[in-house]
Amino acid sequence: MQPTRQIQAWLLLLPALCLLVAFTHYPVIKTIVRSFFGFGTRWESQATLENYRYLLEDEVLMQVLYNSFLYAAITVPVSIVLAIAMALWVNSKMAGKGILRTAYFTPTVLPMISVANIWLFFYSPEIGLLNKLLGLVGHGGINWLGDPEVALYSLMAMTIWKEAGFFMIFYLAALQTIDSNLYHAAAIENANKWTVFRRITFPLLMPTTLFVLVNALLNAFKLVDHLFILTKGGPNNASNLLLYYIFENAFSFFDTAYAAALTVLMLVILVVLALLQFGVIEKRVHYR
Amino acid sequence: MPCFLRVSGLSRYYDNVAAVDDISFEVNKGEFVALLGPSGCGKSTTLKMIAGLEQPDEGIIEIDGSNVVDKSPGKRNLSMVFQSYALFPHLSVKENILFGLKARKVHKTEQKKRLASVVEMVDLGQHLNKKPGQLSGGQSQRVALARSIVSNAPLCLMDEPLSNLDTKLRADMRSEIRTLQKKLGLTVVYVTHDQIEAMSMADKIILLNQGSIEQADVPENFYNKPLTTFVASFIGHPPMNLIPHNDVLLGVRPEHVSIVEDNGLDVTVRECDYQGSETIITANYKDSLIRACLPGKRTIPDGSVVKLRWKPETEHLFNNKNGHRVPAGTTSVFPFHQL
Repeated sequence: MQPTRQIQAWLLLLPALCLLVAFTHYPVIKTIVRSFFGFGTRWESQATLENYRYLLEDEVLMQVLYNSFLYAAITVPVSIVLAIAMALWVNSKMAGKGILRTAYFTPTVLPMISVANIWLFFYSPEIGLLNKLLGLVGHGGINWLGDPEVALYSLMAMTIWKEAGFFMIFYLAALQTIDSNLYHAAAIENANKWTVFRRITFPLLMPTTLFVLVNALLNAFKLVDHLFILTKGGPNNASNLLLYYIFENAFSFFDTAYAAALTVLMLVILVVLALLQFGVIEKRVHYR
Repeated sequence: MPCFLRVSGLSRYYDNVAAVDDISFEVNKGEFVALLGPSGCGKSTTLKMIAGLEQPDEGIIEIDGSNVVDKSPGKRNLSMVFQSYALFPHLSVKENILFGLKARKVHKTEQKKRLASVVEMVDLGQHLNKKPGQLSGGQSQRVALARSIVSNAPLCLMDEPLSNLDTKLRADMRSEIRTLQKKLGLTVVYVTHDQIEAMSMADKIILLNQGSIEQADVPENFYNKPLTTFVASFIGHPPMNLIPHNDVLLGVRPEHVSIVEDNGLDVTVRECDYQGSETIITANYKDSLIRACLPGKRTIPDGSVVKLRWKPETEHLFNNKNGHRVPAGTTSVFPFHQL
C-alpha cells in the first residue's frame, strides 16, 4: 500500500515538477555552471574564476550596484509610507472614497511599458508636461532623463507612482481587519491621532509591512521594463540597474558567461536581503 | 444622594427608525445602574452615546452637572469596558493597563503607583508581561477591568462585559465587579441582556424595549410589580404566565402556581420539563399556555387533566389593549377563589 501511494504522489507531482525543473531549476544550475567558463561558447575550456575576478574590477558594475541600492533605498521606504498614508485616507469615512481607491490603484493595473510611455511624455525635454509647467513659471526646464544627476531620480519617481497604489491595497485590507473597538478604547483614553497611529495602527500593520517590504525590495531589483523605454540605462550608466546590466551583457555584448556571473551575484544579494528581513524584523512583528 | 449622570430626551435614529427614542433617566453618585433589554432594544446605543462614541440626534447628557454632548469621549472623564474587551493584541498586559495613563501623559511614578494598586485589586500579578492572546477569557476580562479602573474616572460604562465568559466564571465575576464598584465608590452604567446579572448586581434597573424605557426601578419591583406585560414576560425564568380573561390579562408567575386536588383551574398537561431542583409543567388552558414550577421531580403523563391554583395576592392584572398594569380589583378574577 505504502509504495504505491508514494508512486502515485510522485506521479501527481510530475507535471508541475517538469515545468519547474525545465524553466527554473535547470536554468539556475546552468547559469551557475556557465558563470565558471570563459567568454562565448567555448565549453571545452577549463573552468575558471575569471568572470568573478572581473566582477571586482568592473567599474560599470560598481556604478550599477550603487544605482540599484540607491534605487531600492529610496523607492521602497517612500512607496511604503505613501501606501500607508493613502490606505489610512481611503479607509476613513468620506464621500467618494470608492473613486479615490480606484484612482490610487490604477497605476498598478497598467503594464510597466505603458506606464513608461506615459511618463516619457511627462519627461520629454521639449514637449514634456513637466517642462511645460516649469515654463509657465519662467523656468528653463530640466532634462529629466538626459541629465546624469537627475535621470535615476526621475525613474524613482515613476516607480513610486506605480508601486504605492499596489501596496496600498494590502494596507487597506489589513486596516479593515483591525477591530474598531480598539479605536473606541483609545478614544475613551483621550489618545490623539498620532498616539493611536504609533501605538495601535502601525504595530498591528507590521505583518503587512514585512510582506510589503519583501515584495518591494524584490521588485526594486526585478523591475527593468521602464529602462528599455526611458533611458536604456544612460546617460553614461547613470540610471543603469543590475538587471538591465545583466541583459546588456547577455544580449547586447553577448558575454553570456559574465552575465551568468552577474546573475549569481544578484541571486546572492536577494537571498541575503530576504534572510536579513525575515531574521531581523520577524522578531519585532506581532502575529495574532 | 446627588445626581451624577443625567440623560434627558435622548434619541438616535438610523434611517429614520428610532433606535433610541426619547429616553430620560438619572444615575446617582456611586450607584450601579443596569440597562437591561433584549438585543436591538437600544441599550448599547445609549451607552455609546454616553461614552461619546456615537452622537445623539436629540437630547442632553449631563455628567457631574455639565452637558457633555459636544465633548469628545476622552474629555468626558469616564472609562469603559467593552464586550470583546478591546485589548490591544500587540501590547503586554502591563502596557494595556498603562495605555490610557501614557496617552494622558501621567507622571511615571504615578503610573507605577496606580499600576501596582490596580494589579493587586484584580489579581493579575503573574501575567503582567503576557500578551492578551496568552490569557484566558477570565484573565482578559480582568485586564479590561484593570484598564478602566486605573484611569480613576468616577464613571465607568460596561457593555455586556461578562457575555463571553462561561456560566461559572460569570457568577464569580459578578460579585467581584460589584465588590470593586462599592470599594471604589464607582458610578456604573452596565449594559446587559441577562436579567440575572441586572437583578443581582444593580441598585437600579432600566429596562428598555424598542428604544423606550419600559420600567426604571429597583430590582425587586421588576419581579413584584411589573408595570407592563413586556416587563412581566421578560423578567423571571420561566416568564410570567399571561392568561387572557374577559377584558384583562391575568399574570401569575409559574413558581406561584401549584397543583391541587380540587377547586382549581382544569388544564391539560402538555410537557414536563425536569430541571433538577424543580419541574416545569406546561399545560393548555383554553387557547393559552400556563406554566407551573413545582419543586422536585414530577412526572405527569402528557394529556392528563390536572387542577391548577394560586393565591389571589400573587395575581397581576394588565390592560389587554396597551399591556399596562391595572390596579387589582377588589374581587379576584378567577372563580375558584370564591369556592
